[in-house]
Amino acid sequence: MSNKSKLSPVISPENDRETAVELHGLNKWYGAFHVLKDLSLSVRSGERVVVCGPSGSGKSTMIRCINRLEEHQRGRIVVNGAELTADLRNIDIIRGNAGMVFQHFNLFPHLTVLENCTLAPIWVKKMRKREAESVAREYLRRVRIEDKAGSYPGQLSGGQQQRAAIARALCMNPKVMLFDEPTSALDPEMVKEVLDTMKSLAAEGMTMLCVTHEMGFAREVADRVVFMDRGEIVEAATPAGFFTNPRSERAQQFLRQILK
Amino acid sequence: MTTTLPVAAAFHHEYIPATPPPADIRPSPVTWALKNLFSSPFSCLLTVCFTGLAVWLVSQFLSFALINAVWRGDSEVCRANPDGACWSFIGAKLNYLQYGAYPATERWRVDLTQVIGAILIAWLLWRNAPRRNTAALLFFGVYPIAGFALLRGVEAIGLPVIDTTLWGGMMITLLMSVVGIVFSLPLGVVLALGRRSGLPIVRAVCVFYIEVVRGVPFITVLFMANFMMPLFVPEALTPDRLLRPMIGTALFSAAYMAEIVRAGLQAIPKGQYEGAQALGVGYFTMMRLIILPQALTIVIPGIVSTFIGLFKDTTLVAIVGIADFLRAVEAARIDPNWAGPTISSTGYLFAAIIYWFFCFGMSRYSQSVERHLARGHKS
Repeated sequence: MSNKSKLSPVISPENDRETAVELHGLNKWYGAFHVLKDLSLSVRSGERVVVCGPSGSGKSTMIRCINRLEEHQRGRIVVNGAELTADLRNIDIIRGNAGMVFQHFNLFPHLTVLENCTLAPIWVKKMRKREAESVAREYLRRVRIEDKAGSYPGQLSGGQQQRAAIARALCMNPKVMLFDEPTSALDPEMVKEVLDTMKSLAAEGMTMLCVTHEMGFAREVADRVVFMDRGEIVEAATPAGFFTNPRSERAQQFLRQILK
Repeated sequence: MTTTLPVAAAFHHEYIPATPPPADIRPSPVTWALKNLFSSPFSCLLTVCFTGLAVWLVSQFLSFALINAVWRGDSEVCRANPDGACWSFIGAKLNYLQYGAYPATERWRVDLTQVIGAILIAWLLWRNAPRRNTAALLFFGVYPIAGFALLRGVEAIGLPVIDTTLWGGMMITLLMSVVGIVFSLPLGVVLALGRRSGLPIVRAVCVFYIEVVRGVPFITVLFMANFMMPLFVPEALTPDRLLRPMIGTALFSAAYMAEIVRAGLQAIPKGQYEGAQALGVGYFTMMRLIILPQALTIVIPGIVSTFIGLFKDTTLVAIVGIADFLRAVEAARIDPNWAGPTISSTGYLFAAIIYWFFCFGMSRYSQSVERHLARGHKS
């Protein structure tokens, strides 16, 4: 296929050792409520980081700050060398480099799966329609819903919708993928198909920052587990270290509750 | 890198064909009537009374409009028949009702403009039509200018100028409505987006405009457009007397349209905006391709309601001296040559039928659009 060369690899060799996402002293308030307190975190290219913690701990807010769905008030965010400032061009560059998968998929219901996948490549990257479609079909094939390309999101199961959403994000050829509780809205029997898709993505070397409650996934896939509570990063460790020997009292309590 | 991602495809999602229920539980007309019309003594009574009333009303109407109506013949025949409509009066006045005082020799220009307009509208509204973009370009770009030139006349190409004071009848009503509809929707969308904008000045201006216009009666807007616009604009640039109420109509409807569109925008979940933003899609592309198509679909009933209201509100332009369709009916009805017992009723009945015909058409079309749009993405 001639378009194969245009599908650039998920991770290119030259930025292998670069830092993909860097947070420096990140602070955010909702009114008087201090949601994120002095977060610092650095994710290397190719690294898989799972963020966990009790609800309300600021995990989603942190990941949503990285592509400016939420605005932080203090601190620095650098994604693939571009710093997130009020400069709209930098925001666009960062959004192009960071694909996001949402808890509720956020597919566009009035467009087919294929149109969902080609909209941003055509209108943001100015790709030709036919080229965008062949790229989209390739990614839909990889998440195994190529036969649903012509369907509307409402005609798909939850698991299929989430896989379509992953394909849609991949179509922009992102350097890092942000997952915001991707399996929390799914029926139990559909969680596995989405997690399997994410595992394969990890196996291909994609940089991933993933907020999830799926501890099995964290144990199997993550290079590092980051534990957050009350807006702070309490602990960051390898999965083996975190699950067998959590240092902080709060992490121990959290693990007791969810692994019970 | 082209390997297929493994997915636990444990479940096959196949559609099971629907089977009809057994014949004995399918409702027959008799069981339906028993259940819905004669379920209790009181509902029996209601059914009988209202059926009687309906039969009486319909028979009265049919006897006036069809059975006893005069279809042929002059005013003498009509005067002799006080029980039925005088359709020959409408026949005799049809040209006047359509064109007003537009000179008879030049009426082909009105017909031509209307036929072209109808073809373009049909082309636009017919969903499977080829090259609808071309139709939109012609209708919104070329047609207004060409149509106006054709109606008004251009000396240079040998079309005598017909002053707008001579225009009247149905052509005015259609012109007012089409201009109002075509301009109020886009303007309403812009106002609605402005009202929800994050930019404080833009928002304030839009809120101010919408609240002021909605707080003023339409007749006041027409008077202001007619009498005040010439005071503010230099004389050479003062719009034509027909154009002034058109601007007033479009601006007035736009304020109502804005609030309807805003209702649609508010119904779109935040996730749709975030999904687009996360892909790096800019504001205008996001609005045009993702948010507005969904928002406008939701509020089609409200938009069409406003169109229907606008169509009927064009009758009010008579107050600033424009001879629209209803005004033409009024003028025809008091013609002493046709004085007779049923002339007024016939005229008003005819006007009602014509207005109803257009409004019902709009309503039916919007319902078919809704059904079509709902088909794709029902969840």
